[in-house]
Amino acid sequence: MTLSRRNFVMGTTAIALTAPATIGRAQTDNIKFASILDLSGGLDIYGAPMAETTKMAIEDINAAGGLLGREVELTMYDAQSTIQFYTQYATQAAAGDKAHTVHAGITSASREAIRPTLARFKTLYFYNTQYEGGVCDYNNFCTGSTPAQTVAKVVPYAMNKWGKKVYIVAADYNYGQITAQWMQKFVAENGGETLDVEFFPLDVTNFGPTINKIQTAKPDMVISALVGGAHVSFYRQYAAAGMLKEIPIASTTFGVGNEQKLISAEEGNGIIASYGYFEGADNPVNTAFLERLTAKLGADRPVMNELAIRSYEGAMLWAEAVKAAGTADRDPVIEALRSGLTYNGPSGPVTIDAQTNHCSMNVYIGELQDQTWNIVESFENQPPADTQLVCDLVANPNQSTFLFENGLAAAGIE
Amino acid sequence: MDLVVAVLFQLVYGIANLALISLGLAIIFGMMRVINLAHGEFLMLGGYTVVVATNAGVNIWIAMLILAPLVVGIIGVIVERLLIRWLYGRMVDTLLATWGLSLLLIGLVTSIFGASTATTISPPLGIIRLGDYSASGYELFLIGVTIVLFIAVFATLKMTKLGLVARGTMQNPEMSSALGVSTTQVYMVTFGLGAAVTGLAGGLLAPVTGVLPTIGATYIAKAFITVISGGASILAGTAAGSILLGGINGIFAFITGPTIGEVALLVAAIILLRLMPRGITGRFFRKSL
Repeated sequence: MTLSRRNFVMGTTAIALTAPATIGRAQTDNIKFASILDLSGGLDIYGAPMAETTKMAIEDINAAGGLLGREVELTMYDAQSTIQFYTQYATQAAAGDKAHTVHAGITSASREAIRPTLARFKTLYFYNTQYEGGVCDYNNFCTGSTPAQTVAKVVPYAMNKWGKKVYIVAADYNYGQITAQWMQKFVAENGGETLDVEFFPLDVTNFGPTINKIQTAKPDMVISALVGGAHVSFYRQYAAAGMLKEIPIASTTFGVGNEQKLISAEEGNGIIASYGYFEGADNPVNTAFLERLTAKLGADRPVMNELAIRSYEGAMLWAEAVKAAGTADRDPVIEALRSGLTYNGPSGPVTIDAQTNHCSMNVYIGELQDQTWNIVESFENQPPADTQLVCDLVANPNQSTFLFENGLAAAGIE
Repeated sequence: MDLVVAVLFQLVYGIANLALISLGLAIIFGMMRVINLAHGEFLMLGGYTVVVATNAGVNIWIAMLILAPLVVGIIGVIVERLLIRWLYGRMVDTLLATWGLSLLLIGLVTSIFGASTATTISPPLGIIRLGDYSASGYELFLIGVTIVLFIAVFATLKMTKLGLVARGTMQNPEMSSALGVSTTQVYMVTFGLGAAVTGLAGGLLAPVTGVLPTIGATYIAKAFITVISGGASILAGTAAGSILLGGINGIFAFITGPTIGEVALLVAAIILLRLMPRGITGRFFRKSL
């Protein structure tokens, strides 16, 4: 970065402005951790478990003596499934609370609403949700899985099991659109054929015409990237028409909002999905984590899914980085994270990939039986290969972009 | 041939589905000129009634056909007594009040049952085979229920004393009151019946859609568009609106895809209301119920 007069003036002004705040902070001496999630409104099926595990992470950190001898103070904001609250609370967390880190966002739209704000305030940002990939931002760590990690695994697995002809149904917004593109790519790579792709607005509840079309096309399987409460109807109507026994379903979204509990056992049996975590992940950290969670929340606690676990692991990755850096200030913590930091969490080892600020992680394929996911295959240490195609923060750290097409072109997809 | 039958079946089901979710709203709006923005939440409460009842071991048919309308009907009466009756004739105020009610109900249900609800109910009927195609027997049942429901509402309004008094009150409250009818009671019963029909619809849809606190939002827009497009007549209007919009939605969804299907439904409604601002029954079948 060249030092211009404007940069110099802005820099010194910022120091002058933040100096009193630093003194103020020294008095309370807490390290501040802000969380912004949808705890009400349409997205709360995802947000509520994420909030529980975030709270648990901060409790665990404090129970172990806090960080650098200081207590970690959690501030939680409920964005109420409304984008405008994200912007408002992100500004509040960064400028008002002077949070050391903000862990926030469920949909890509919410992330894109606050990412520029947090970059401007130089506030370290974690996005702990599986998404379509493509964020390339020095200040933003994306700990969730991306299509190259999950879609690339579940498509060949399902095709080996069921056959080559695939019918894709997906939600009609950027996650569904982009994921459907990746699905088609992986289907073609594995010698299969995509018969049709259909997109559904998020409030569609009647899937009758689509079920007719699937019956006409006679695929070997259906792959779904449907999202949200209304789309749960698809699985129910599909099973009610007797289709699930004839043409099975694989999905990249079913289960991430614990949808398996919203439908009856026989409506879901045999559905296959792939995530960075299922409760069945076989490691001692996971066993201990689930035991503590049950002890804390009781036997009817929410089922843990990738979003919930990654919220815990995201907080823990940050805590590890603070310990390694010896300070909670942004730049040293980012350096510590990007040094290839690994946290051994319930999902297995999660390692920051310095090229993309995404994570290498274990990926699991699960098959649903009686509302429980049984892990049928697992893959260790999978890199975020899609985002790596287009993003290189090592070569050029001064980036804060969302590459919307997310390497589709680089991967040879129109 | 099988395909034609299967598509026609889905088309009829789509229309019945729309009619089912709209009828309760049409009764309340058509009879009382009250715009009930909590309509979607009444549907949601019907669904929750079925989930809670079946989890407690109640037979699913009793839960859907008796408990859901009963519970939501009672809630409707309570709402009318506490909230709506102070606001008759003030359309914008009822709009705001029922919107607030909708938020309250979502919040209450979320705090009682959580953001997502475990259900174990599945459609209680088997599969219908049509050659290469299959459809859910439960969908056929829903079509049947919708028709029976329309006939029942028609019979109630046309053939019973209650229906006569209700229609009279809606046409001219002062005259009815002068003739010794307790109009407040009529309003209460009508609102309760509208809510009960909505609860029944919500209960019947519980096995085929997700039951979530926020599920009402996905129904409310379509129900309103159907009722407004249909116009003032409760039954003829809802039926005409459902057939037109459901038909267009189903055909376009099958030919192109669900996105265009939804767009076609909305475009059709806009054109229709431009040409017939008072809805279909504002121009045709004006004397009908």
